[in-house]
Amino acid sequence: MLIISQEVVDAIVAHARRDHPDEACGIVAGPEGSDRPERFVPMVNAAMSPTFYEFDSGDLLRLYRDLDARSEEPVVIYHSHTATEAYPSRTDISYASEPSAHYLLVSTREADVDEIRSYRIVDAQVTEEEVRVVPALSPAPSSDAPASPSQGVTQS
Amino acid sequence: MTVEVRIPTILRTYTEGAKAVPGAGGTLGELFADLDSRHPGLADRLVEGGALRRFVNVYLNDEDVRFLGGIDTPVADGDDVTILPAVAGGAV
Repeated sequence: MLIISQEVVDAIVAHARRDHPDEACGIVAGPEGSDRPERFVPMVNAAMSPTFYEFDSGDLLRLYRDLDARSEEPVVIYHSHTATEAYPSRTDISYASEPSAHYLLVSTREADVDEIRSYRIVDAQVTEEEVRVVPALSPAPSSDAPASPSQGVTQS
Repeated sequence: MTVEVRIPTILRTYTEGAKAVPGAGGTLGELFADLDSRHPGLADRLVEGGALRRFVNVYLNDEDVRFLGGIDTPVADGDDVTILPAVAGGAV
């Protein structure tokens, strides 16, 4: 299951709508191993095509350098399909190379319907998963937090 | 003569989880053959029919080797090689 904030979903959909009819693409980064899509990173579709997307190779290198420096990984890799359903194509499957990422697809084929679906793609096997959109991600576990939840009144 | 090669997550099964491994060779092709001698199967994920695979980006000191000499790009002691899978796809 993918748990993602409304704010990030809105940003992905806005990017997809803006670039329609070309495909839009990007990632949502999060701390390594956290499975938390926290940082929205839209990318340029170097292919500028309604049927193909590709991160520019220089952008890709800078992106991964930046992720490394922040101890982050691509938690979500998103792109849009602009005339077809939000299901991974043969091309999507052959290129998928992050077994721990959620592959999020947005279809913009209907002007007023946002179709958002998420998949794991591992060894060319596609598994659809539930997308749970939450108002905000729950607070990140912090290393200096108490081992057990504190009792008593929550102050606001 | 040592070249540092950064390995992407998906290929770390060939390097016992190592993020970077040392290698040697006068060209990128020789370097990959050298890596393959210690990490069998790795070269096959990078090279097909004597050329770089379409799905793989290789950078020599931050320069995409497709704009240099591809698999025949000369490498030298102290160079940095980074391998990254392309992030790409599409509707068809």
